Amino acid sequence: MKIIFTTKGTEWESAMDPRFGRTEFFLIFDEETDSVEVYDNRAIENEAHGAGPKTAQKLTEYGAEVLITGNGPGGNAAMALQTTGIEIRVGAGDMTVRGAYEAYKAGKLKKA
Amino acid sequence: MKIAIASGKGGTGKTTLSTNLAAFMSESGEVVLSDLDVEEPNSGLFIKGELIHQEDKYKMIPEWDKSRCELCGNCQAVCNYNAVLKMGNTIMVFPELCHGCYACSELCPTGSLPMKQKKVGELKSFRADNLSLVESKLIVGEEQAVPLIRQTIDFVNTHFSAHVTKIFDSPPGTACPVIEATKDADLVILVTEPTPFGLHDLRLAVETIRQLEKEFVVVVNRHGIGDDRVDVYCSEENIRVIARIPNDRKIAETYSRGELLYPSMPSVRRAVESIANYIEEFRQETGT
Repeated sequence: MKIIFTTKGTEWESAMDPRFGRTEFFLIFDEETDSVEVYDNRAIENEAHGAGPKTAQKLTEYGAEVLITGNGPGGNAAMALQTTGIEIRVGAGDMTVRGAYEAYKAGKLKKA
Repeated sequence: MKIAIASGKGGTGKTTLSTNLAAFMSESGEVVLSDLDVEEPNSGLFIKGELIHQEDKYKMIPEWDKSRCELCGNCQAVCNYNAVLKMGNTIMVFPELCHGCYACSELCPTGSLPMKQKKVGELKSFRADNLSLVESKLIVGEEQAVPLIRQTIDFVNTHFSAHVTKIFDSPPGTACPVIEATKDADLVILVTEPTPFGLHDLRLAVETIRQLEKEFVVVVNRHGIGDDRVDVYCSEENIRVIARIPNDRKIAETYSRGELLYPSMPSVRRAVESIANYIEEFRQETGT
């Protein structure tokens, strides 16, 4: 299964980014192959409007089944994500990526 | 002649000045006051006229027609606001992000994004003797004030002839809504208060209005509180202060009852009179 994290860095020990639309990075973890991929989303700073839907669109390219983030996507992004059927887990904004993964595995993250 | 009353900082007295000035000037000529603070119009609390006209206002947004769409993605490529997005086999439109520029619709090779009306607010027009009030109110959840402000100004310009004095009560701040509300004005009156916040936002407002190359003057409200730094700033920048409205508890009491101030308060009447005199001078000098 592929899991996407919104993060402030590129490592397992990096902090999570609580924001969805304006997250600095995505970290994409593929459980099957035990591999990690990183997407640099920092150019989103230049978007005055519609960061949420834009980030949601990028996210779909990775075909992940689960999104782990902090505050949860806003209205427009949530609408866009709905079309993908991705499962969204929130409340991991203050954790490291590793902590967020473990919390998810332990069933401690709420569904958005 | 068109006069915009703006401020930068909110709560400095734009509506107080707009309503009192409009009512005072209507004693000697025809005046229309337009409340362009469409997110929370409140001039109607002070000007009680008869409702003579009401209409819904719309903006145009694209609506996806999937029957002809070939999913080329051109629509999202031309949108500057991420308001149109291709998600898999779906074109999604986010009406709140859309600025109604028609680019996606016009440039769609298959005509799959026809523009449709979306209601954004209501316009009402009231009349009491020589004074008319035109106010628009944005519906809850609508993010963009500018299209409604633009249409409200257009309504005023088409329904009132050139000789009618037009006063535009602008929204606070220095962003797009204020620029829309002031860019057609012959004269901008910036209302401020003699406090550090008042001065800070006055500087921003002055910068904005100078960019627009508009004639502008300042009115100091709540004169007597704070310090003299607004006066010092205005004299250093050669900005004319045309009136000072004194700080007075009775003003707040009268305002909170929804009453005009100048009929019962000589100090306010004097200030409003000097502003009206300045406007008359300006009108004669510039022929507006």
